[in-house]
Amino acid sequence: MTLIAEAEAETRTAPPRRSRRPLGDAGVYLAALVVAVALLWAVAPNLFTSADPLAVQPALRFRPPSADHWFGTDQLGRDLYTRVVYGARASLTGAGVAVALAVLVGAILGTVAGWFGGVTDSVIGRAIDVVLSIPGFLFAITIVVLLGFGVLQAAVAVGLTSSATFARLIRSEVLKARSSNYVEAAITSGASTFAILRRHVLPNSFTATLALITVQFGIAIIWIASLSFLGLGAQPPQPEWGLLVSDGRNYIASRGWLTLWPGLTVVAVVLATNHLSHHLGRRRTP
Amino acid sequence: MRRYLIRRLGQALLVLWAAYSLSFALLSALPGDAISNRIASPDSGLTAESGAVLLRYYGLDQPLWEQYLRGIARAARGDLGLSLHTAQPVQDLLADTLPSTLALTGLALMVGILLAAVIALAVNYLPSARLRGLFAGAPSLFASVPTFVVGILALQYLSFTAGLIPSVDDGSLTALLAPAVTLGLVIAAPLAQVFGASIRTTRSQPFVHVLHAKGAGEGYIFRKDVFRNSSLPVLTLLGLAFGELIAGSVVTESVFARDGVGNLVVGAVNTQDLPVVQGVVLLSTTTYVLVNLAVDVACPFIDPRVLVGVTS
Repeated sequence: MTLIAEAEAETRTAPPRRSRRPLGDAGVYLAALVVAVALLWAVAPNLFTSADPLAVQPALRFRPPSADHWFGTDQLGRDLYTRVVYGARASLTGAGVAVALAVLVGAILGTVAGWFGGVTDSVIGRAIDVVLSIPGFLFAITIVVLLGFGVLQAAVAVGLTSSATFARLIRSEVLKARSSNYVEAAITSGASTFAILRRHVLPNSFTATLALITVQFGIAIIWIASLSFLGLGAQPPQPEWGLLVSDGRNYIASRGWLTLWPGLTVVAVVLATNHLSHHLGRRRTP
Repeated sequence: MRRYLIRRLGQALLVLWAAYSLSFALLSALPGDAISNRIASPDSGLTAESGAVLLRYYGLDQPLWEQYLRGIARAARGDLGLSLHTAQPVQDLLADTLPSTLALTGLALMVGILLAAVIALAVNYLPSARLRGLFAGAPSLFASVPTFVVGILALQYLSFTAGLIPSVDDGSLTALLAPAVTLGLVIAAPLAQVFGASIRTTRSQPFVHVLHAKGAGEGYIFRKDVFRNSSLPVLTLLGLAFGELIAGSVVTESVFARDGVGNLVVGAVNTQDLPVVQGVVLLSTTTYVLVNLAVDVACPFIDPRVLVGVTS
């Protein structure tokens, strides 16, 4: 799902049509609020709920949403709101791990390919092309077969898959910097390769990478939740957003809240992440 | 043109070979397969001899490099090996599930393109700025909603609450429509964004201003000039979006319980049926590569200028 990133990059080059957007700022604040709350859920879930996400209470099965149970309760009487709050940890940590791994692998491969060029570049470049021409989600599924089921495994699978996108971007940024005058000057003045990469090349590719990071974060949330939904990620009884929706699918005929609230939570968080990323992208290219 | 085509075909074959090798390497790194696990489990009732027969039957007793070479020679002839779970040939399993997936993705592709075109036109041509802004927000909304959420909510409200569509796949067109729209949204988002931006760029070009000055109407200019000039980026993106269509079909088929390739691969992952996983990866990579090749071949027909850099 790197396409959205490409599509965004393409739209970003177009000049902004309207300079004044009275609602635009409010939207950004709202998005920032949603992301902040989700992050707080992940860091300190016990601040938002006093219940235990795993506590089974057969007497409270299938309670519809109410003042006591905001999102209702599930087939084992567990409070769904509590499970959604605790689910943020699995989903957001997973996305964080995935993006961090993708940046790390992508930065190493991209820098080596872009800086050393020649055969190294051809080999790495071809490898990136190959990974990008395998449909990404299936590539992630293949890695899941190898690693087994779990949020962390799903995160690693998603991270390795999207590292090709980062590698391609960073390679082109490094190539651009390598042919610039200031890098030529640094080489002539006898700076070591490592110092040049650290002080000149990588900082210059930072902004472009940051834009891709924010886009990929939303994508990683969706992918990890989708893998969990398919039963290939988080395993019960761990609360995770995709798994919560999947757990609720046996009861959609009569207990719709079980799928509705976790589903809307994912949508809200991803929408907010994407909105923030779009906003950052616009600020970057005035 | 011919040399261009041959080079692209060569690249496509290289990608397929690499995809096969990569999936083979990934899957053979696994500490055990379904057959070895079955033999090793104490309640299988298999003796050491019958275990050895099973391993030989599936070719798992050979050294890895021999399995790899034999596998690649067979795959080139369209033989993808046997499922470790049902012992059926993988290509038969794919052939059984493919029609359902093709129907789903085909209709989803049409829905996605249609939706993207409507949004792109609305964003550019609606008279009211407020309405244009409303449509401009649609692609980012579509891109933020996970396929499984759309699918589950559609099933929940359209099928169980409103009773508009059947909840299981009964082969009818109405049963196909909800999954197709769900999947269509996935590709509508990037297509609408790029098509909208592309129309905007084209409309700001001098020759369009000239046409306006000569008195041509908006509709006429769009049909005759703007459409073809702004469709090239969309076509290129369509090839790339095909990968998302394949990914989305896995999730959509799971939501709507359709017996397609996506459900086949999810089941195969759960039973560690490696040849089936590899078969699905190869099939989808082949499709993806071929679609993108077709797009590359089609581009010069829409805009002959793309050939300028290639042939000279």
